Amino acid sequence: MIKVEKLKKSFGSLEVLKDINITIQPREVCVVIGPSGSGKSTFLRCLNMLETVTAGKVFIEDVDLTDKKTNINKIRTEVGMVFQHFNLFPHLTVLENITLAPKKVRNRPNDFAKTKALELLQKVGLSDKANVYPDSLSGGQKQRVAIARALAMEPKIMLFDEPTSALDPEMVGEVLEVMKQLAKEGMTMVIVTHEMGFAREVGNRVIFMDQGFIVEENSPVQIFDFPKHERTKSFLSKVL
Amino acid sequence: MGFDFGIVKEYIPFFLKGTGLTIGLSLAGIFLGTIIGLFIGLGKMQSNKWLALPFVWYINFFRGTPLFVQILLIHFGVVPYFIGETNAIAAAIIALSLNAAAYIAEIFRAGIQSIDKGQMEASRSLGMTHVQAMKHVILPQAVKRMIPPLGNEFIVLIKESSIAAIIAAPELMYWSRAMQGQYYKVWEPYISAAVIYLVLTLTLSFVLNRIERRLTTG
Repeated sequence: MIKVEKLKKSFGSLEVLKDINITIQPREVCVVIGPSGSGKSTFLRCLNMLETVTAGKVFIEDVDLTDKKTNINKIRTEVGMVFQHFNLFPHLTVLENITLAPKKVRNRPNDFAKTKALELLQKVGLSDKANVYPDSLSGGQKQRVAIARALAMEPKIMLFDEPTSALDPEMVGEVLEVMKQLAKEGMTMVIVTHEMGFAREVGNRVIFMDQGFIVEENSPVQIFDFPKHERTKSFLSKVL
Repeated sequence: MGFDFGIVKEYIPFFLKGTGLTIGLSLAGIFLGTIIGLFIGLGKMQSNKWLALPFVWYINFFRGTPLFVQILLIHFGVVPYFIGETNAIAAAIIALSLNAAAYIAEIFRAGIQSIDKGQMEASRSLGMTHVQAMKHVILPQAVKRMIPPLGNEFIVLIKESSIAAIIAAPELMYWSRAMQGQYYKVWEPYISAAVIYLVLTLTLSFVLNRIERRLTTG
């Protein structure tokens, strides 16, 4: 479903991703962990071309995103993304936040988009918030709306970029709960997170990144209980 | 010093004519300056640095030199070059519009760039094109932020239109100076002009306030 080959990314002279190779299967929940500055978020952002790649290839369902002829907007409708800082549209109500892209990009009729949005709001437990503006929501509620907004495009893949890092501790649970539900339903997910408990519980595979490389990838049990590399061990000893 | 209301009354028709032209010059400046300013602002924001350069220097020139100099250059140089004779009203409109456009361009640019880049990223991640994201997400938020500085610029424009008196465009200050010349009086012409300018600028800021409030509440 996702295939990354020899991916490199530099910002000026700083090489952030050095040589990333990975294949992610449909329905897989892939959790990316690692110290700050290891390139986790940049890697994730290369999967929907929010960052241009310096070298290498990224395939989503066999379409090469690095090919100039690829219609990147079309691919992005299939790849939802949830951001650390939510990035809800503050001038639109919760409902309008969710229906904007389906209406403008997928040309859905208003009623259809609205019905779907209300279903999604129910799913994330925010049915009563449809007509308020994002400003009046808590962080956890905002992130759940952001998840609903991404799901409204009916994506095949969901990318999560540290979705709980900007939240107060007591709100982390409600967001992870929604993500767990999504994983159970078989959504293909790539999640950058610092929530090790969540990674262990929900992930099918854990990827440990450091200094622009994938150092180790394995099942959560293997990574957390029997890490092979020294760097993985030292990182886990600091965070667990 | 007695204030002679008699001569003010005598000059009312001229003040009215002058005020009419002041309003005309200001509206033309606001209208043309906004259109040209949008164009210049978008030009400056393009990613190709070389293509942006003329727009950068347009702004540098019109912000970095006095309007006084610009209006004289345009009145005695540019307009005669194109139509073979001077035309004070045309020169005033051109100078005010081009000058305001430089400031308005910066207001547009600052307004758009003040929107958090996460807004564009979120829009693009949902499959919107750059134009769709601008239209539905960035501009609606940016316009709200542009209203106060734009209002400020429009008020400046009304006041700066008084410089057109120097090239004998018969606006408000032209008639005030004529009145001073005729009666050797200072207070009557200039207090009258000041009151009229104040009415114009306060009216405009009242209207802009209403617009701003409407935008922020709904």
